[in-house]
Order: sequence, then structure tokens, then C-alpha cells
Amino acid sequence: MPDYTTIIGLEVHVQLATKSKLFCRCSTQFGAEPNTQTCPVCIGMPGSLPVMNREALNLALKTAVALNCTIPPMTKWDRKQYYYPDLPKGYQISQYDMPMSEHGFLEIADSKDRFETKQVRILRAHLEEDAGKSVHDEVAGRADSMIDLNRTGTPLLEIVSEPDMRSGLEARAYLDELKLLLTYIGVSDCNMQEGSLRVDANVNLHIAASDGKIATPIVEIKNMNSFRAVERAIDYEARRQYDVWQETGAKIGDVPKQTRGWDDNAGVTRGQRSKEESSDYRYFPDPDLVPVKFSEAEVQTARESLGELPAALRSRLQAEHALSVYDSEVLVNQGVDVVAYYLAAVEVAGDGKAVCNWVSQDVLRVLKESEANIADFGISAKSLGEFVGKLKAGDLPSARGREVFDVMLEEGIDVDQAMQKLGIEEIDESELVGICQSLLEKNPKIVEDVKGGKQQAVGALIGQAKKQNPNADPGRVRQICLDLIAQM
Amino acid sequence: MSLTSLSAVEQSRKLQAGEVSAVDLARAYLDRIDEHNPGVGAFLRYDAERALTAARHIDERRKAGEPLGPLAGVPVAVKDILAEQGERTTCASRMLEEFRAPYDSTVIARLKAADAVLLGRLNMDEFAMGGSTENSALGKTSNPWDLKCSPGGSSGGSAAAVAADFAPLTIGTDTGGSIRQPAAFCGITGMKPTYGRVSRFGLVAFASSLDQVGPMARSAEDLALLYGAIAGHDPQDSTSLNQPIGDLSTISQPLKGLRIGYAKEHFAAGLDGEVDEAVRTALKVYEALGATLVEVSLPHSKYAVATYYVIAPCEASSNLARYDGVHYGYRSDVAKITAELSAQRAALEEAGERRAAEDLDTPLVRMYRQSRSEAFGPEVKRRIMLGTYALSAGYYDAYYLKALKVRRLIRQDFDKVFEQVDVLAGPTTATPAFELGSLVDDPLAMYLVDLYTVSANLAGVPAMSLPCGFSKSGLPIGLQLQAKPLAEETLLRAAYMYQNETEWHLQRPAL
Ligand SMILES: [Zn+2]
Repeated sequence: MPDYTTIIGLEVHVQLATKSKLFCRCSTQFGAEPNTQTCPVCIGMPGSLPVMNREALNLALKTAVALNCTIPPMTKWDRKQYYYPDLPKGYQISQYDMPMSEHGFLEIADSKDRFETKQVRILRAHLEEDAGKSVHDEVAGRADSMIDLNRTGTPLLEIVSEPDMRSGLEARAYLDELKLLLTYIGVSDCNMQEGSLRVDANVNLHIAASDGKIATPIVEIKNMNSFRAVERAIDYEARRQYDVWQETGAKIGDVPKQTRGWDDNAGVTRGQRSKEESSDYRYFPDPDLVPVKFSEAEVQTARESLGELPAALRSRLQAEHALSVYDSEVLVNQGVDVVAYYLAAVEVAGDGKAVCNWVSQDVLRVLKESEANIADFGISAKSLGEFVGKLKAGDLPSARGREVFDVMLEEGIDVDQAMQKLGIEEIDESELVGICQSLLEKNPKIVEDVKGGKQQAVGALIGQAKKQNPNADPGRVRQICLDLIAQM
Repeated sequence: MSLTSLSAVEQSRKLQAGEVSAVDLARAYLDRIDEHNPGVGAFLRYDAERALTAARHIDERRKAGEPLGPLAGVPVAVKDILAEQGERTTCASRMLEEFRAPYDSTVIARLKAADAVLLGRLNMDEFAMGGSTENSALGKTSNPWDLKCSPGGSSGGSAAAVAADFAPLTIGTDTGGSIRQPAAFCGITGMKPTYGRVSRFGLVAFASSLDQVGPMARSAEDLALLYGAIAGHDPQDSTSLNQPIGDLSTISQPLKGLRIGYAKEHFAAGLDGEVDEAVRTALKVYEALGATLVEVSLPHSKYAVATYYVIAPCEASSNLARYDGVHYGYRSDVAKITAELSAQRAALEEAGERRAAEDLDTPLVRMYRQSRSEAFGPEVKRRIMLGTYALSAGYYDAYYLKALKVRRLIRQDFDKVFEQVDVLAGPTTATPAFELGSLVDDPLAMYLVDLYTVSANLAGVPAMSLPCGFSKSGLPIGLQLQAKPLAEETLLRAAYMYQNETEWHLQRPAL
């Protein structure tokens, strides 16, 4: 046990899934030719004025209520001022002292019980516009910098947590749950590769000391491009801060907040220029934009539009379909589409647990191997439901289930067609009894062994019965043989 | 009588009646500009070919019986601060000397839609900062009444152009009095409408919460014609008011029982005796017309200039941050900067001053610094510095926030006044036009020329200036009228009533 606690707060920037930018009508489509998705407003041309995109505000509101935030009746826009080549106006329109939402929470849990279920408090979630992108061309000693302003003005929701997380693992669980929530309610695709979701982590340590606790200086870690990287960066940073503290004894307040970048290949954080850190953003209310008012009805509408959120869905799956905590987590964490698939299959099969086993094991395995989405999966939910239904009713021998499943998937056919193709028919009871009878007659040694108490000796007959009729169900063969021997 | 001495309303009537062609009218103005602009300097640029082509086009459409806009064929000139597609919009600054806007400002678009003939672009104080048009980096403008005097500012070019009969109608902008003060100095009529009445889309921002575009003309009647063409809601400007403008054809109807207020604070120490007398005489004219005079008070008006000179620079420092040498506008010589920096670094390293070498600007920071340093004039720099200081951590509460609070008190003063009266009347400026150069070295004295005008911007109320007399030295004196928000018609009617009784607005300078 280390004698310190790691204190972690996360700032997550989420790109909202609007068609157009926050203050103009330009497209937010990813991957276009540089500077083709721009207009006088988003590139800060002299005289241009911003006009708020209502859709962005609605998506932000939806997110805020999903995060259990308080929505103040009025919010406003501020200018955050700094010079940077990819910031065309010389300021970013953001929200400073009156964010559109604050004081929410998100519950995180771990099915493997590595940490206790807890509510991570959300300090605030506010809207802001994104900046552009600088592209540095340093090939062959050149030092050209080019600027792509396509991203400029893209709506971002910055979700700031309280420092409630205590390990890289918890931070990752928070991010997983947050991403799940955002995709469930459809406000963002949360694609980290395309920059739809970006994370900065604030980390420091509380070290136990004889006279209470000592806090180390807070470090903000940037440039993490996956949740795995966030987890690794935080764990690395905690150890690093402990080492630094042992060496220097520096406490919070002794040095200004430091920004460090995460080098994923090297697995280390590195200090960034400290000169740029003592920023005075000179925030002030943007005089070009009027304050925004939320009515109680709008907040209510947003709340009603949420649908079933992941946490509630997990509880319902446990209650209505008798799933374990683990099973419900596996299904729900796959996203809203997999859950919809599961529920549709259950509707047909009438057995939540059995469907869950097939979905969480076989379906997800196939999806993972083929890197496909559930929408492209070769067996429809209805078809899977019929398949599980047949297994449950005993119409399909469980031993051949996997075989049928594979054929359904490969050929794109339903369960009846697959069974036909494999020649699986229901075997007549009298036929099966006949087969067992003749086998016992040919194997008196086995009959003797069973009578002597070695019931497992019957196992040797199962293979032979299957040879005579492949549809012979092993369990029934075993039972019939035992019954016959008992009557002898 | 020459065409250029007719009012815009008369010109429009003659154009409609076919007595005059738009080409003839434009040519008459262009000839006059050719002759006298070198002395007055109202225009930064004008393009005779372009104006005549536009005029010809309107004449052809009229001949073909096509429907035409309310300003069809009437020449209009615009302050060089409103974006016009493909044209330069310089703000009289080196920074934007070569900037061509890729879009039309709403006001320009509305002038085009009204079929006005755009003559050219008028001089101003750089980025509209100043009260004399001496801060223009691109040219000098003189007062047509006395070429030694300032035309006022920042819309000095717009006011001088009307006074010199270079255009019957011009567009100015008013952040702290920039339409009214030059209108007073040049003996013309100018109005700053209610904040949000005219779209700011495409108006290069100085102080966004105070800026307002407005019409300048000889008379209230002409002013109403231009105002009607540019005012109204614009969805491209969030602060634009979605309220219909009143029926401007009613401005010639006398206001029955008009209540006119005069604030005792407007007639205090510092007011020039001749201005005082002219304004009091104007009040008597109103009284003779049946108006009731009411003495009112604006107790917080003494803080208006101070408040303005906190808020306006704060917003300006932010609005002007975009001129950084990166995206458009002036950029310093980067090759030179890079060479200088490496020479400086080498020298410092040689001298063993490693720390100083490390503290040198990066090339990017040096480019920002140098570009802004070279392309902004002293007044613009002064205001950027003031605003940056007032917004910085530790000073925000003491300056910016405090100024916002006082601004609210000033608004409340107006609310109270307009419960008692329909129109507030007083001097536009404390003195007639001053001599060019006389205040250049005294920025604080220059700031005080806004004494009577800034309150209207802080409160967002409509205000106008109209001529009400002359000094012994032959310089015009302005009467300021203010009204409650959205009451532009009241102002225009009050001005019309006055101009119906007086002839100050008909006087012409001898050029
Ligand atoms: Zn745009």
C-alpha cells in the first residue's frame, strides 16, 4: 500500500453531433479539404457576427440533464482571450462564470469489484467553440506552419468533473460510462480519433503525514488519445509525483500548476513550456451574443427526450431478465444498438438469460473478430430469438446449437433452414430407445459396470449412438440407457 | 439651382418623375467631388466608373418599368468601416489597408437592395477611435466650413461629405457620439438609432455593445429616407431588435403637446457661451411651437465619459485582437524578423547572457508584436492598452465591472427622464469645431468632446444632432435630441418640426 491517495479530476471536451457549427452555418463534417468548411463568421473576418446554433444548445441541455445537472434559468457567453495562430478572432467564445449547467453527477461501478461504486460529481458542463488546427511542416529543415480552420467554431461541451477519482482505473471507468451515456442519448459519436472526444486530466497526490496530509502540486496532463492512455498516464503521473515529492518536498502552492504531455510510446509524461502557463484570459461577456434563457418547459422536454439511460437499463435487465450484474454490464456497455438487438431477440425467444449467453459470447465474439457493428451482423435479432427458442424447447439438440449458429451466420439463413441443411430432425423416442437397446445388448460389460455403480460407463455409448443417428441427444441417450439398465 | 443642392427627397421625386436621370445626378456629384475633395478629403476612395454604371443600370430599369427600391438613383457614400464584397474596407488603418471583404455588410446589402448609387468610401478615425478624424492613417479631412478646422469624428468624412455636397446621404457609425459630434461640427443632421435597430453585421467592430450604424443628411426628412432603408431586424446579428420600424411618412405631422426636457447637467461649466445661447434659443423655438419645457436631471451623466472610456477600450482590445498578422491584414516582414531574432540571440549568447537569450520572443510572438506595432496608430494602441489593462486579472472588478454598474445607473437616469418627457434636448458638443491639430497632444481633452453624446450609447437610446445656429466665427452649432428606445420617429418628427421653422440646416459652406 502506498502512503498516498491519487486525486484525479477530468476535463472532457465532447463534440456535439450538430450538422453545423456553434455560431454559423458551416458544416462540421470531419475530413474535408483544409479551409473548405469556413465562412466570414467562423474565420473571424472583420465585421462578422456570431449567431447561436439552437440545436447545439439543445444537445448540450440534453447532456446536462442526463448528467443530473442543475440548469440555471439564464446563461451567457464570454470571450476567453489569448493569442494563437489557429484562433482567428484572438478569443474563443465560451462560458465562464454562468455555465449552462452545473452540479451534476455520474455513477461509476466496476463489475470486477476493483473499486467501490461511487458518484463522481460533475462541477459544470459548458458550451464553447473549438479552435482550428495548426499543421507544422518541418520536412527538410523547413519551418512552415499552415492553418486549417475547418474545426473552428465546432460546438464543444466541456464536462468538468470534481476531483473525485482515485486511480487510473476509476478515471477510465468514468470515461467509459460517460462515453456510453453520450452515445446512448445520441449527442456525440465520441470518436477520439476524429477529435470528437478529448480528455485532460488534473492529477495530484494527498500524502499521509504525521500532521495530517500533504497535497502535491496539481499537474494537468494533455495529449492522451485513448482511454487506455488516460489510465496509463494517470498511474505514471502518480508515481512520478511521489518520486518528485520525496526528492523535493514541493507542495501545492509552492509551484504554479504545470502542464505535461503524455508520450504514449515512451509511456511517460513530459513537461511543457511553463512560460505559456501563467495565462490571464481576460474573460468578459461577449457583447455580440445575447444571454440565453431556459424555460422550465425546455428543460422538461430535454429530460423527456433522454430515453432509458445505461444505469437504469442495467437495473431493468437484472430485474426483468434475471441477468447478473456482470451480464447486464456486458450487454449495456456494448451500446444502445446491441441492447436493442438483445431485447428484440428476447421478445421472440422468451428467455433473457439464454439469449444473453448467446449474445455476450458468440455474437460479440464474431463482431470483435470481424470488427463489425451489430447493424451488420448476419443473424437478425428475430432469427436469433427463434434459434434460442428452439434450443430451449428441446427442438434443437443443445449439442448441435453451435453448429447451427455457425451455418445461420455463414449462409444468412434462419434456424429451420440451417437445421434442414444439417439434417437435424427431431428423433423419434421409440427409435432412440431401439438404438440404446441394441447398444446395450452389444456391450454387456458396460451394463455390468453401471450395475456395479459406475454410471459414467454409459458415456462410451453416446458416441456410438450418435454414429447411428447424428440427431441423438447425448443427454437423452444417457438417460434412456440408465433407465433400460435399471429395468434389466 | 444645381442638382447637388437639392435634398435627397427632392432628388428622388425628380428621378421618379423622369425630370432627372440617375446618371446626371451621379455625374453632378462626381464632378463636385473631383473638384473639392482634394481640399476637404472626405472621401478615401471613389470610383466614378462604378457609380455611373450603377446609375445607368437604374435608369435602364426605370425605363423598362421595373419596380425600384426607395433610394433608386440617389447617391449615397459610406464610412469606410462597413464590409462591401470585393471592395476594400480599411477602417482608415494601415492594418486593413489592403483588406477586401468577401461579403456585404447588411447595411450595404440594404442600400444595394434600395437601389442607391454607392459613390465611394469616406474617411474616419482609425477603427472609429477618435473625435477629429485626425487619427486616420490614410488621409486628412477638413471641415468644409473652415478647412483649418476638424470635421469632428470618427465619422468626420461622412459629415464633411454631406456638408460639402459630395453626397446627399451618407452612412456613419456612432460608438460614443461619432455621428452626432461631426454632424454638429459640420452643420448637418445625423442620427444614432436605438442600439440594435440597424444591423451591425459587417460593421467592423470597435466596441460591440455601443456601436450603431446611422444615417447622416442635411435634414430630418432626408434622414428618414435613409434610415428607413437601413433599419430593421437582421437574423445575422443576435443583438438586432425584432421590432417593426414606425411609419416614417408621418414625421411631418406636428407632435401635439410635445414635452421637451432639458437636463441641468447639460448647461453646466465648460459649455461654450455661443453654444449655450444657440441651444436655449432652439428650446424657445420649440416652446413657440407649443411644446412644454421640463427641466430634468441626469445625475450620473458626470460619470458617462469615464464609464465609456473603460467599456469601449475593453471591448476594442478584444475586437481588435484578430488583427495579429496571421489571418489577414498587415503582416510585418517575417524574413526580417527571423534574421533580427537570430542576430539578437547570437549576440546574447556570445555575451554569455543565456537567460536573456532564452527569454527572446519566439518568431511567432515577434510577428504578432511587430505587425500590431507597425500597423496600428497611436490612438488605437492607447485604447488597446487601456482595455487590456482594465480586463486583466485583479483590475476587472475595479474597472470593467464597476463601469457596467455605472452604465446601469445611467440607463436608469434615462428611464426616469423619459417617464417625464418625450424628447431630451441639449447641446451636442460643448464647443463648435476646434482647429485641426489643437487637441492631438491632449488625448484627455479629446475624450471630453464626447461629454454630451456618450450617455446615449451607454443607455442604448436613439439620439440625433441637427444644426441650431452658428458661432461668430461662422462655425455650425448642433442641437442634440434624444428619446426613449425605439422612438426614432419621435426624434425625426421633433427635428422635422424644428427644421420647418428654421433655416440652419439649409446653410451651405462656401468652398
Ligand atoms: Zn462558418
